[in-house]
Amino acid sequence: MKIYVCVKQIPDPNTVVSKLDPDTKRLVRSGVSLVLDPGDESTISAAIKLRDTLGKSEVIAVSMGPSSAQEAMRRALAMGVDSAILVTDPALAGSDALSTARVLAAVLKKESPDLVFCSTESTDGYTGMVPGAIAEYLGLPQLTFAREITVESTKAIIKRVTMTGYQTVECPLPAVVTIASGSFEAIYPTMKGIMGAKKKPFTQLALADLGIDPSLVGAAGARERVLAIGTAEARAAGQVIKDDGTSAQAIADFLQRYQLL
Amino acid sequence: MSKTIWALIEIEDGRAARSSLEVLSKAAHLGRAEAIVLGSAAAEVAATLGEFGAAKVYVHADPVYDNYLTLPAVDTVSALLTQHQPDLLLLATTFDLRDIAARLNARNNMGLITDATDLHFDGNTLLVTVPWGDENVVTATHPQQGTGIVLTRPKAFSVEHFAGGTAEIETLNVSLNAASQQIKILERVELPSEGPALEDANVIVSGGRGLGKAENFRLVEELATALGGAAGATRAIVDAGWLPYSYQIGQTGKTVKPALYIACGISGAIQHLSGMKGSNYIVAINKDEHAPIFSVADLGVIGDALTILPQLTQEVKHRKAQ
Repeated sequence: MKIYVCVKQIPDPNTVVSKLDPDTKRLVRSGVSLVLDPGDESTISAAIKLRDTLGKSEVIAVSMGPSSAQEAMRRALAMGVDSAILVTDPALAGSDALSTARVLAAVLKKESPDLVFCSTESTDGYTGMVPGAIAEYLGLPQLTFAREITVESTKAIIKRVTMTGYQTVECPLPAVVTIASGSFEAIYPTMKGIMGAKKKPFTQLALADLGIDPSLVGAAGARERVLAIGTAEARAAGQVIKDDGTSAQAIADFLQRYQLL
Repeated sequence: MSKTIWALIEIEDGRAARSSLEVLSKAAHLGRAEAIVLGSAAAEVAATLGEFGAAKVYVHADPVYDNYLTLPAVDTVSALLTQHQPDLLLLATTFDLRDIAARLNARNNMGLITDATDLHFDGNTLLVTVPWGDENVVTATHPQQGTGIVLTRPKAFSVEHFAGGTAEIETLNVSLNAASQQIKILERVELPSEGPALEDANVIVSGGRGLGKAENFRLVEELATALGGAAGATRAIVDAGWLPYSYQIGQTGKTVKPALYIACGISGAIQHLSGMKGSNYIVAINKDEHAPIFSVADLGVIGDALTILPQLTQEVKHRKAQ
């Protein structure tokens, strides 16, 4: 079985306060630490776990991004992904969710996947609109918000997170599946994995390789436009103290001062 | 010229979901509001929507929409969009509606803006407000012709009653495509949460990854109980399966505005901040002094929530008893 995982390189959500550039109106990506989306690490781990359970299967990571995204793909390979495909092209800058989906779907269409895994949403844009669009472009059903997945010969069954619990949902293969982030513990790359990653197949594609008209993607093809970026009303900075064993009292004092107790 | 705004109404326990009514009320303020209701209870629900601002309701009462996710609704709404071409399709951000929106967007090449907290038309230009992180507010639009989609943040708008309002009902005569009946719901499981509902709680104590493991969440619950409040959680620990989704606070969970919010072992990702920033007072406990949560906290404590929480629970009980 061929399991494809769509991944993304993003500003490190644990160290970077996400900002927008008022001139380009895009996410600030220069001068900040870029990582493989932690949600995608969980999704990759779900795919690897399934591959190992099923046997005779492979996991292929697919991404669209600038050439810096090679780094994120190497991490995916070091985690245990078998091969990687990165679509990189200057014309893709400023792509919206639909263009991103169009490009990823074009790659997947050539590959005839059994399963396509995506994270439910990225940890930078949070739109969650790419996986469903990929499914639509490929004409496949989608199973979303999965926290567990099992595959039985010709169908996939998931536990789908809901507001009040979960649903058990099935659909025939091939299918697109989105994994609720954190549902699978991320595999930490070993030294052997890191060394081995260098020998794994890594393909880079440009738009021309996919036969996509550049005017339909990137900023030129975007169906949404940012008109202005304003400043949110900031909360006044509060007091920060270091715990010295008495902070429980300090918090209780604070609560009493503002009549919250 | 008056705009026509469509709202796709989600059915919850045989009634229109509150989040859908919020969106419908907003649509009625923007122009002529028309609703679409699909599912076995659609006719009953449709009859109530005039009072929430709908001028017209498209109804298809078929249980296929209840049993199969996404595709049947996408087929029906897509056909209606082609036929009527409204100015805007407005949807609440829920699990099912997000899935439907993503496919509608691709099928009809529409253009879609997520996480909106406000929107209005300036002449023919739609202006959508989207908060971005702690510092920015974005104003976005659909530059293309044709219907655009906007997904709105929960609780961004209030439900309004349009007393005496009645809607014209159009019963759809749609034959559903068998090929779209693929994503089948086999079972629905409810995992009840205890204590006061998060949305109504005056005090919320919430926990994140910094608690280390699921068992430690009880420390959060104990403090919440001592304060007479509710316990909440970040997306990370809900996704990790520590707690059901009903606990999740944030952009893809619940938006809360309690008098007091105590964040324990929560770094403060944008995802979480956007769901709790409106709280009157915020107290944060986190080991990492650089955690973004401290930028919104009225009182921040750099320390281990696992040590401080039991002490604080004791202290609260002690002072309450005095």
